[in-house]
Amino acid sequence: MPGRLYQHAKSVVSAPTYDLGTLHGGLRLQAHKKVSTAEPIQQVPIPSQLVLPITQHAGDPAQPIVSIGEHVLKGQLIAESDGSLSAPVHASSSGKVVAIEPWPVARRYGDNAPCIVIECDGKDHAIETAESLPSYDILPADVLLTKILQGGIVGLGGAVFPTAQKLMQAITCDLEFLILNGVECEPYISCDDVLMREYAHEVIGGTQILLHALELEVAYIVVESDKPEAIRRLGEVLGEVGDARLVLKLVPTIYPSGGEDQLVQLVTNREVPSGGLPTDVGCLVQNVGTAAAIHKWVSHNEPLISRVTTVTGDGVAQPMNVEARLGTTVADIISFAGGYTDRATQLIIGGPMTGKSVSSDRVPLVKATNCILALSESPAVGAELPCIRCGDCAAVCPVQLLPQQLFWYACADNEAKMRLFGLTDCIECGCCDLVCPSHIPLTADFRMAKARIRELADEKARAERARVRFEARNERLELEQQTRDEQLAQQKQAARKAGPEAIAEILRRKQEQDED
Amino acid sequence: MGSMWTAIFTIAVIALIAGLALSFASRTLPADSGILVDQVNELLPQTQCAQCGYAGCRPYAQAIVDGDADINLCPPGGDDTLRRLASLLGKEPLPLAEQPAHVGAVAVINEALCIGCTHCRSACPVDAIVGAHQLMHTIIETECTGCELCIAPCPVDCISMRSPS
Repeated sequence: MPGRLYQHAKSVVSAPTYDLGTLHGGLRLQAHKKVSTAEPIQQVPIPSQLVLPITQHAGDPAQPIVSIGEHVLKGQLIAESDGSLSAPVHASSSGKVVAIEPWPVARRYGDNAPCIVIECDGKDHAIETAESLPSYDILPADVLLTKILQGGIVGLGGAVFPTAQKLMQAITCDLEFLILNGVECEPYISCDDVLMREYAHEVIGGTQILLHALELEVAYIVVESDKPEAIRRLGEVLGEVGDARLVLKLVPTIYPSGGEDQLVQLVTNREVPSGGLPTDVGCLVQNVGTAAAIHKWVSHNEPLISRVTTVTGDGVAQPMNVEARLGTTVADIISFAGGYTDRATQLIIGGPMTGKSVSSDRVPLVKATNCILALSESPAVGAELPCIRCGDCAAVCPVQLLPQQLFWYACADNEAKMRLFGLTDCIECGCCDLVCPSHIPLTADFRMAKARIRELADEKARAERARVRFEARNERLELEQQTRDEQLAQQKQAARKAGPEAIAEILRRKQEQDED
Repeated sequence: MGSMWTAIFTIAVIALIAGLALSFASRTLPADSGILVDQVNELLPQTQCAQCGYAGCRPYAQAIVDGDADINLCPPGGDDTLRRLASLLGKEPLPLAEQPAHVGAVAVINEALCIGCTHCRSACPVDAIVGAHQLMHTIIETECTGCELCIAPCPVDCISMRSPS
């Protein structure tokens, strides 16, 4: 059947190959994607105000290097990376910095985060860059990685892990494959689909840069079988480029085949070990959007200041994919897409399975925002009932965990057992929630339990540090006391050696001094 | 009938020998209390606050193992630590002797008022205070255990506890 899909593209050099591995569990979900992919990507005009959080990535927040009242240009560095895991932030357009203050953002924990607010002047002046860019293929890997670090590029699939750090970790490993993730398995989201259709050249270019930086010979570009347009376009471009290192692969449409570890399993039939990374089995996974961003930065000196995002759901008047500057508020983007419909009741940043619902549309578009979902009232699912141990959750879990067992341990706050049963490997895909006949919010419980485990580990590390410092201090005090005792003993001995006459002499001299 | 008495006699002899061997072992072989002290110390929160009346967490752990102290004297550890100690040592979880005052708080020096007397620096059990004589002191927030031992020695009352933000 997929063969028929390619009849019209027989001339392409790169015919797609198929997956080897299989995914445990997973679900076939209603996709709801067609509604937003009918039109090409629309450009959202530059808003009057941009709100740029200093934390748009996993890791430590970037440090602002601009002050209030300063004029900034498009592409100018406004917050630099700080710490070993961090990414810089660039101004998305030209204008004046008016505030650096907490602003509502869409993130898992906490509602407000420090943001740099820029009032745009509408001129969109870009910062001047070096005239001639060196071609990437003459740059050594470390220069290329530094360059990627400076571009503020992070994983655009949603995890926003700083790309440069991911690559730096990867080059220390024994790698075999680069895997480009164009699977995008979550319902409603279609931004990678349209990105692959319209920016196929950038995706392929970015992949070649990555292959060069990693000194690899094989890259699999993996696309889900429900994206025929993207597959056709990628096939065409691959045919034009004629790079034998790049191979197009298809995977079946099953949620969550786009998860990093799940994709590795599907494509290479290698299982990422518990607590490990894909690099442990010789693979590095990068999102297609990230590859395009790398190409834009390395070959055209455009840092990551905009992204493609899906605006969809039955709460939006005209569902579509848009390219907007980072920092544009969700309210601006929704109004560009025709505003809300009368039915809209909830706003979710991200997809319906893994997204975060927000209470305000003042939140800005950030590097992680792959979807803005406005939905009408969801049908009532019924009250939470006791677990009946049916085991459906274990059947669908793509990580092969035992959600019902984990649920008991989460209720009992049994940290050791939760670790033993692999809670930290849970990818929070939400499959178990969907199939649970008792409507137990398992994923939310697991998320909380994971946070609790992290908290306990932090506490433990802190206690350990305090213990070491306490013991070091005691040792130091003991040493000081010992030295003092020794000195005293020496003085005593010296005095005893000198004899009573000498002591009397010293006392007499002292008395004379006092009388003077 | 005779075989029954043989069986009873045999079992009794085995029990006697085993009992003697065990009582001999418990008298002569030293009990390894060091490992138990480490285990207890591991469960304590390492704030080194001395609220238990001992000079730090390890001395308190030693006192617990020696049977000199109850297990409910650690306010920063709270009920969780108490429960874990009880299950490790096979004791009844007594109610906490004193409720924790500021959970997770750290000490902060009002730097405008600090006169640089170094009293707090000497009091800090984990060396989390830096500062030289007659110069302003400050507390390394990430290392402070919130033990409050620096508050009492301060002659100008410039140290206060701040809850985590």
